[in-house]
Amino acid sequence: MARQARQWRAGVSGTAVLTALGLALTACGGAKVGDDTAASGGSGSSGKCGTFNLAVNPWVGYEADAAVVAYVAEHELGCKVTKKDLKEEIAWQGFGTGEVDAVLENWGHDDLKAKYITQQKTAVEAGSTGNKGIIGWYVPPWLAKAHPDITDWKNLDKYADKFKTSESGGKGQLLDGDPSYVTNDEALVKNLKLDFKVVYAGSETALIQAYRKAEKNKEWVIGYFYEPQWFLSEVPLVKVNLPAYKAGCDADAAKVACDYPVYDLDKIVSAGFAKSGSPAYDLVKKFNWTNDDQNTVAKYIAVDKMTPDAAAKKWVEANKDKVDAWIK
Amino acid sequence: MTVAVEESEKTDPADAVPTAAPAEPVRRPGRALTVAAILLVWLVLFAVLRGKQTLSLAAADLTDLHRWLNDIRDSVGADRNSNPLFLYFFNEIRLVIDNLVTFVQDLISQPSGDRPLPQIGWLGVVGLTGYVSWAVGNWRVALLAVAGFTFFGLQGLWQESMDTLALVLCAVFVALLFAIPLGVLAGLSDRCNRILTPFLDLMQTMPTFVYLAPLTLIFLIGGASATIATVIYAAPPAIRITAHAIRSVPETTVEAADSLGATRRQSLTKVLLPMSRRTVVMGVNQTIMAALAMVTIAALIDAPGLGKTVMQALQSLDVGTAFNAGLAIVVMAIVLDRVTTAASARAEAARRSDGRFTRWRRPLLAAGAVAAVVLVYLSHTYVWAAEFPGEGGAGRTVATTADDVTTWAQDHLSGLTNGFRDVITDGLLNPFQSLLTDSPWWLVAAVLIALGAVLGGWRAGVTTAVCAGLLIGTGLWSDAMTTLASTLVATVLVMLLGVVFGVWMGRSALVDRVLRPSLDAAQVMPPFVYLVPFLALFGATRFTAIVAAVVYAAPVAIKIIADGVRAVPGTTVEAATSAGCTTWQIITKVQLPMSRSALTLATNQGLIYVLSMVVVGGLVGAGALGYDVVAGFSQGQLYGKGLAAGLAIVLLGVMFDRITQAAARRTSA
Repeated sequence: MARQARQWRAGVSGTAVLTALGLALTACGGAKVGDDTAASGGSGSSGKCGTFNLAVNPWVGYEADAAVVAYVAEHELGCKVTKKDLKEEIAWQGFGTGEVDAVLENWGHDDLKAKYITQQKTAVEAGSTGNKGIIGWYVPPWLAKAHPDITDWKNLDKYADKFKTSESGGKGQLLDGDPSYVTNDEALVKNLKLDFKVVYAGSETALIQAYRKAEKNKEWVIGYFYEPQWFLSEVPLVKVNLPAYKAGCDADAAKVACDYPVYDLDKIVSAGFAKSGSPAYDLVKKFNWTNDDQNTVAKYIAVDKMTPDAAAKKWVEANKDKVDAWIK
Repeated sequence: MTVAVEESEKTDPADAVPTAAPAEPVRRPGRALTVAAILLVWLVLFAVLRGKQTLSLAAADLTDLHRWLNDIRDSVGADRNSNPLFLYFFNEIRLVIDNLVTFVQDLISQPSGDRPLPQIGWLGVVGLTGYVSWAVGNWRVALLAVAGFTFFGLQGLWQESMDTLALVLCAVFVALLFAIPLGVLAGLSDRCNRILTPFLDLMQTMPTFVYLAPLTLIFLIGGASATIATVIYAAPPAIRITAHAIRSVPETTVEAADSLGATRRQSLTKVLLPMSRRTVVMGVNQTIMAALAMVTIAALIDAPGLGKTVMQALQSLDVGTAFNAGLAIVVMAIVLDRVTTAASARAEAARRSDGRFTRWRRPLLAAGAVAAVVLVYLSHTYVWAAEFPGEGGAGRTVATTADDVTTWAQDHLSGLTNGFRDVITDGLLNPFQSLLTDSPWWLVAAVLIALGAVLGGWRAGVTTAVCAGLLIGTGLWSDAMTTLASTLVATVLVMLLGVVFGVWMGRSALVDRVLRPSLDAAQVMPPFVYLVPFLALFGATRFTAIVAAVVYAAPVAIKIIADGVRAVPGTTVEAATSAGCTTWQIITKVQLPMSRSALTLATNQGLIYVLSMVVVGGLVGAGALGYDVVAGFSQGQLYGKGLAAGLAIVLLGVMFDRITQAAARRTSA
């Protein structure tokens, strides 16, 4: 009995000490959570815009688009922006379920347009971003400098030997990247009768690393790339000229023997969002900038390692006139 | 990541009781000779028939099966708003899980309601974690947990870590809700077990990329889908281990209970469950680890947390930031692993320790609870306790250090590594791959079936035949053979490392203690973190994929072999030493032969872990099935093909699992 009482006392005294400590800390106090909500949370009248669900597809250029649009929507229009990191295919799927309001940088994707805009009618187009998407074959700058004639596809076979790797089975290696890229490269190699083999690096990361290393160590690499792209501000890759694009020359995927068209990158929004009357929709519709603009913000994010929000802030503050045109 | 723990447990007793001590067991020359003969016939026929009937399929080509799968997907997507199955079943599930996730996030990671911060701030979370770890484990793991959680804040990743923790907790909770009952069922009934096993195999070997897209189709984008994806991957270990625990309760005990007149229900709740508690907690532990392994992949469908940081850093090749986030995942895994392990051992430890401490336990627990509540209250009320103070300076240091190390390695080692790559690729991988992909399909299939039958018995032969048939059905035979070649080469490397380091660790407790933490880290660190440095070292090649797979799979093999070597009785080793054997002789003549079943188990696990990296390999130039899976995830018209590729990976896994397990049973018999 006595022992039990002692235990009990020990427990109580321990508790008392801790409670006292807690109270003491409480007394020291400090700012309370939620004290400054009025200042930080409700900047401006957020009632009208509501929540804006913005898909962020996984490349830095897109991230730049999203950062700036989100920044403007948040700070100028008082929207609550929810960014969702998704691959294209899944982002489009979200239009129908109301989980995604807008995709800001669409590269062609006629298959998705047919499915979601024409058939399911869950999405609509919202005009160009102003960015020109250029796809093609690129070589590192040192190579273009050392062998200027390499930028003409007719001379590629002459150098095929140099592009051989352990993966290319005795032919020259043409390095392709992420499986989500729009590519005709296998058909191109076949139809242009080049002594090359398309090798799939499998991701954009792998492709960029290959080019970065090639430029640094003067290695022979030729592969798929595209602009606008932040990496070009680090290593300005040089485009190889393929037979010029003419309308319709890529109609039959198996017989393509011409360069890629210049893509007019455009915005897609969900049908519901377009009708909602949200100021965010007007912003998305009017959002328009140049490849240089995008590359600048992308460079802030990827090379200078700024957060997307800080990068957007920097650009928006330096380009007041452009932003004003979007929100007028 | 598959059946690891359960298998090693199952075979351990067999290892511990070696039958014929010093004498080399009689080699079966018959079997080795048959295998050699099969391989010889293959080589001869290959020379004659090379390049014929290889069933190759170009990257953009589809078969009818692939198109059919596409059509299914489209019809599901088109009528998901009218289908009653969605309206009354899937949507309800989604709602429940979504609410659960949101609730936990509001609690610890996300601003909730009008509050700019979560309900419980960092101080509260750290305090609760410490208290719970102490209550279920001991003060040592509590200290580790507090240190680990504080480290997240110092890394500047507090919120991300809490998002990850919230997701892992929800997924583990939901997984256990199903896993424990299913595991008990499978433990009680052999028939249930037989029915469940193929499903569990499918859940664990099917690459997660394959079901991410369908899951978002069914459960939409966000927390619910991410949780369900994690549950699918993480539940099987808990089911298997629970079943194993129930089954390994000694029969005599159950019989004793029966003879005392216990009902079925009583013997379950009073005998079976309490007696298997310890093992079941280990199952929980494995489920937590598996859930953490999904963190980065779930980020692809917008799961919040550390995975997102890793993925975003990868886009701009920012190794430092990715490593910092990866490190947080490793720390979380270590904390959760040690706490659950301590929890499983606590009951026993408490029983063994004298009463003095037990007496104090109750009042101390109460005092601790009050302290934790005070901390929670503080963190709910005051900003300094809610928001982690400081700028995360440790994180920046970690990131820059990781960057510097990678840059140094890339600059100084790439000549060396390229040479190594070329030797392995030209000397081993290319010949082997061309043997597999350039032989006619029926020849390779026949060889596989024959090898399966010779090594694993007729049952394994039949399984191989079925798997080979289904592989042809997927339309991806050639890609499957390319993947098989890389997988086997990777497994050979894994076994080389496994034997070298396993023996070393098995022979020295010191080496074991030094190496084990880095092995743990290699298993938990998301592979996406080390892809960039590997790409710099080896380029976008099949070999890079092999190296990544080896890093992931070797730790398991090493651990299993080390355990096997350690299980060789000390007396046997002493006897050999006194007989004048050199160290080399002891290793090759005594320790390795006697841990033969550990070696087969290590091969089995090594292979399956390597296979689970096939998709990651597809991201760094391995092509074949891995690329098909990723492509199916990214491009609408390749969806069906990606699904078929996922199936092909499962089939390869099942085929090898059955052959090696049957072979293991034969060698240990």
